[in-house]
Amino acid sequence: MAIQAARFQELRLDKVRRDFGHLNALKGLDLRIRQGEFIALLGPSGCGKSTALNCLAGLLPVTGGSIWLDDRRIDTLRPEDRGFGMVFQSYALFPHMTVRRNAAFGLMMRGVPKAEAAKRVDEALAMVRLQAQADKLPGQLSGGQQQRVAIARAIVIEPPLILMDEPLSNLDAKLRLEMRADIRRIHDRLGSTTIYVTHDQEEALSLADRIVVMREGTIRQVGTPEELYARPAHLDVADFMGYRNRLPGRIVGREGNTAMLEIAEGARLSGLLCEETNGQGVIAVRPEDLTTAHDGAAGVPGTVHAVEYRGRSFHGLAIGPTGQELFFHTENRIEIGAPVRLTADSSRALVFAKEAA
Amino acid sequence: MTARTQSPLLAAPGRRAEEVGPSIKQRLAARGLDGVTLLVLPGALVLVALFLYPFLYGFILSFEPKEGGMFSNYARFFSDSYLYNTIWTTLRLAIPVTLLNLLLAIPVAFRVRLMRHQRLLTTILILPITLGTVLVAEGMLFYFGAQGWFSRSLMALHITSAPLKLTNSYVGVFLSLLITGFPFTFLLTLSYVTGIDPSLEQAAATLGAGPRARFRHVFLPLLLPGLAITFCLSFVQAYSVFPSAVLVGEPARATRVISIAAYHAAFEEYDYSMASAIAMIMGATQLLVVVLVLASRRFFYRGPVAGAKG
Repeated sequence: MAIQAARFQELRLDKVRRDFGHLNALKGLDLRIRQGEFIALLGPSGCGKSTALNCLAGLLPVTGGSIWLDDRRIDTLRPEDRGFGMVFQSYALFPHMTVRRNAAFGLMMRGVPKAEAAKRVDEALAMVRLQAQADKLPGQLSGGQQQRVAIARAIVIEPPLILMDEPLSNLDAKLRLEMRADIRRIHDRLGSTTIYVTHDQEEALSLADRIVVMREGTIRQVGTPEELYARPAHLDVADFMGYRNRLPGRIVGREGNTAMLEIAEGARLSGLLCEETNGQGVIAVRPEDLTTAHDGAAGVPGTVHAVEYRGRSFHGLAIGPTGQELFFHTENRIEIGAPVRLTADSSRALVFAKEAA
Repeated sequence: MTARTQSPLLAAPGRRAEEVGPSIKQRLAARGLDGVTLLVLPGALVLVALFLYPFLYGFILSFEPKEGGMFSNYARFFSDSYLYNTIWTTLRLAIPVTLLNLLLAIPVAFRVRLMRHQRLLTTILILPITLGTVLVAEGMLFYFGAQGWFSRSLMALHITSAPLKLTNSYVGVFLSLLITGFPFTFLLTLSYVTGIDPSLEQAAATLGAGPRARFRHVFLPLLLPGLAITFCLSFVQAYSVFPSAVLVGEPARATRVISIAAYHAAFEEYDYSMASAIAMIMGATQLLVVVLVLASRRFFYRGPVAGAKG
């Protein structure tokens, strides 16, 4: 029978902590992952996403909490006893073994009979389209091919969980897109459960069923790509989701769940209230939602500082009344130095609490 | 520069190569010969003056014996058991010492590679190198000698009834070579061990390989070529043992190594020709072992030991 992911119900992280001396890389992570999910751990570097992955793999012992695969506690197991497949950023192929032997390594360690191992390796190599390279050494392959060997090596052991640590970050842009599609295709075909660490929100949005946004060792938000994209729960999540304009101001009006923010004298924007605020807030707007207003409409005045033609529209940067940078899109050509009034539909702007600095 | 730049589009197919080819200077540079190459000259001169000339001089001298034909020095060496046995005596010391040092260095290096205060430990381990063989031998005489603390402690504890013969014997030289040779072997081994990408071990672990399997299937194959080099360099050092063979050994019998035979010929018999012949034989036997070990490397993988190309 074809390669298939091992079955389980639920992977549970229970207040998982990891301290490095005084540094708390993970501050009590709680997360439940169902069989078959594609989970992206997303966050800036140093947010603890790789630490979390290494704790799952067993390469780093946890310093608190526990990890459960159904009823089995796994955080106390050695990595070799967990049986998770892992794909490393640096590929970590064994340089002295051919592609075939690399892929067969996990099966050899499990004592799978040679004939069956060969069959499964062939199948895994076919899945990553590397049959022709089977007898080459890793050093003779391109980066993309090496990463595909690493994926084949991880899936051939039919792991319940596949862990990927920024697997595409060493590849060029075009290859990244190709490999992204490959990774999702393999995930779907094997019915595997994948945890994918990345700092690239586009990768996370396009690949994952659910995204876990992390920051400073804690989970900030968990949700589907659509949820995260439309309704980030916190300002820092919004930042990751492309809300490039983040303007602090005072809340001067409220109507239902829409709040009006005064950013500066005569500069007002309204948006959806996402968090309870104490009169001060930050309004976040994507550049594509901030656009030039018609005469007389409310908005933020500014002076055009830079304009780029991008085909369908112009991408501009304006400087606001108190020096704020305002990234906006517009359909009409605007001269540099010209005054503009920028506004956004209140359903496309989000109001967050001002963060404690 | 007067280089003629020639577009390939302009070069007519029938034209002769030298008309459009690069200048001599460019062609030499393409083969790696340019101004910078001249910087090799001082080094080459030193090598000729301090190594090649004495070597050739000795080589020729060894064929000009005090009496007899051209090869009589060599004939004498290989017909006199007192002389040819020195090869075996030296090998009997150098090979086990080198192997033992390697066997000790590997586990220590594997532990040290994980340590944070590597530098301190490394410094401590380097000390015996800086001390030199003579000081080590002297220390051993005090410590391991018949009246040394070691034997006296053992006797005081009633573990032995007579002093152990740890110096002025094979064991003495063996220990002294072990002490002076270990740091060197260890440092080389450590550099090879730490040169292996740690993610390879992690990958092997996630694939189900326990510590033993990781060593056998990942580390060992990647280390073997480096260990072969380490063996050669450590062996050459041990093979030319002289001071400790005299000081803590039994230079008349059990540790009459080949360098003692050469010394004996040169400075006691004043037969420089014979001494040169012995030195040549010493070099040849050393070379033989080194060549055998290095040749065995072709059975191993010898590429980069990192997982990926940067």
